Amino acid sequence: MSKTYVVVAEVRDSKLRQVTLEALNSVALAQEDDDLLAVILMGHQLAAITEQLSQYVAGQIHVIDHIDLGTYNSETYFAAIKDVLDSLNPHVVFLGHTASGRDLAPMIAAYLNAGQLSDVIAIEKADAEVLYTRPLYAGKAFEQKKFIESPQVVTIRPNNIAAATANPSNPQAEVITTDYAPPASLRSIVKDVIRKTSGKVDLTEAKIVVSGGRGVKSSDGFKPLQELAEVLNGAVGASRGACDAGYCDYALQIGQTGKVVTPEIYIACGISGAIQHLAGMSQSRIIIAINKDPEAPIFKLADYGIVGDLFVVVPLLTEEFKKALA
Amino acid sequence: MNIYVILKQTFDTEEKIAIQEGVISDDGVKFIINPYDEYAVEEALHLKEQHGGSVTVLSIGPNRTTEALRTALAMGADEAVLISDDQISSGDEFSVSKVLAAYLDKQSFDLILGGNFSIDSGGGQVAIRLSQLLNIPHVASIIKLDVSGDQAFVHRDSEGDIETLMVTLPALFTAQQGLNEPRYPSLPGIMKAKKKPFHQLTLDDVGLTESEISAKTERLSLFLPPTRKSGQILQGELNDQAAELVQLLQHSDVKAI
Ligand SMILES: Cc1cc2nc3c(=O)[nH]c(=O)nc-3n(C[C@H](O)[C@H](O)[C@H](O)COP(=O)(O)OP(=O)(O)OC[C@H]3O[C@@H](n4cnc5c(N)ncnc54)[C@H](O)[C@@H]3O)c2cc1C
Repeated sequence: MSKTYVVVAEVRDSKLRQVTLEALNSVALAQEDDDLLAVILMGHQLAAITEQLSQYVAGQIHVIDHIDLGTYNSETYFAAIKDVLDSLNPHVVFLGHTASGRDLAPMIAAYLNAGQLSDVIAIEKADAEVLYTRPLYAGKAFEQKKFIESPQVVTIRPNNIAAATANPSNPQAEVITTDYAPPASLRSIVKDVIRKTSGKVDLTEAKIVVSGGRGVKSSDGFKPLQELAEVLNGAVGASRGACDAGYCDYALQIGQTGKVVTPEIYIACGISGAIQHLAGMSQSRIIIAINKDPEAPIFKLADYGIVGDLFVVVPLLTEEFKKALA
Repeated sequence: MNIYVILKQTFDTEEKIAIQEGVISDDGVKFIINPYDEYAVEEALHLKEQHGGSVTVLSIGPNRTTEALRTALAMGADEAVLISDDQISSGDEFSVSKVLAAYLDKQSFDLILGGNFSIDSGGGQVAIRLSQLLNIPHVASIIKLDVSGDQAFVHRDSEGDIETLMVTLPALFTAQQGLNEPRYPSLPGIMKAKKKPFHQLTLDDVGLTESEISAKTERLSLFLPPTRKSGQILQGELNDQAAELVQLLQHSDVKAI
């Protein structure tokens, strides 16, 4: 019997997030031939994104476009998605393991009385079973899990599962617009959103991360790192040491109690390599360490190390990359 | 104001992980209050100091969890509840949230606080599931909380952006780093903690049976990440090292450059 796979699409800064394309590919990894894919797209002014999505989706796109959905609010988003989920009777619901996905997924799981696997980094099929790999202890260990029954909810970690590729010759997706009726009374109201990240490369989705630690010494000290990140189209991260010292915002913290990143290249500048920091970045493809202390533990993990003053080395690297990428 | 804090005992963040006979070994491991839950305890104590009321810390876990709850009592919480039962230990986040909901459904509360996620299993599900099961609003990952009457004003960290919200109580919030700086238990606090009410309950006591909370997911295997092969420290003048590194990266198989 054919089953329905649902992907909850995510829009940030008026753009479709990369992790949504990765979720679409997750469905391809998990489903059988005759299963149905239904994407749910919530937000405001979604015409261009619907158009973009239709190049990836051979199935349904349920569009819920309303001014109240312009910014994420758990209550309005859940009210919007509930009826669509009822009508679809999903086998699995996939979301990104992002600020809104992490928030919405457990609400959906509780509502559907479903199991949930969070922060999944790999999906494979063995016989008739779908196996999900996810980190424990921030990546100090991993487990492979399966669901015992359906429905199921899965959140996938950005940057780990390959993205779906566009297929302009796809059978045109069936676009279904759904009305949104705001709940009679809201118990939580979003007053304001202070954007600090717009225009910048998303830290968890970045292919290259340039991170600074206490060795950066001040908030100004982050400037050469920002310049390097800009040249590489990457994002800037930090150790807790740098955050605690007030050199940067906690939003940049990478580690066991911060963000976990898996970029292709991670450049650690003036970071000693404490176990709590390693937990957040040790799965990066290539790790580069710049530290003036040759004994710093970060060098044990790094693929390439430069022993030296970061304020000398980082600008040199920026120049070399500029030359190489010109 | 009646505040419940849900907390979990986790491995200390310094611990290395070893697998023995298919499970993660807890031999000689130091346990702590999950760091995010510790922010929740601190916030609850702070609210109590401002508005009065009581703080109850609630946990599900094996007997060793007593220690984490005693620490929270020593920090200043008024009462502790430990739900400990072998029948829960095979459960998943679905199971744990059901048990918490069954207990809390019979209590009266204005606020429930918890951590953003637990640093061991990293699911980030239990608190939000609980808010749904109790039919109360929630805001996850908060870095500021002010309460006035039956309204809470919160700042939520959304991947670096800050959302400000007004929420009608009763409500549930999960703590993110930056919310506060947890206090250390004082010596008098540790002495007083010994006399504070400590309730230990079983699954039966909260009115549930094993089949009602049986897990929806199952672990098939557990493994450690592959060890990284040791790397290369570049040599020579720093400008030559920088040039060499860029060369090496351009000839590697990463697509980002
Ligand atoms: C419960 C708990 C949770 C934690 N969670 C996290 C987490 O999520 N993420 C995290 O990162 N940490 C975390 N930590 C903190 C962690 O233990 C370390 O304290 C922290 O990572 C150290 O940061 P750092 O490497 O920047 O600073 P330091 O350890 O002080 O290292 C600074 C480094 O900079 C080098 N340096 C100085 N000047 C220069 C220069 N001019 N050029 C080049 N190198 C220079 C020094 O040689 C040194 O190696 C946690 C700790 C606890 C207790």
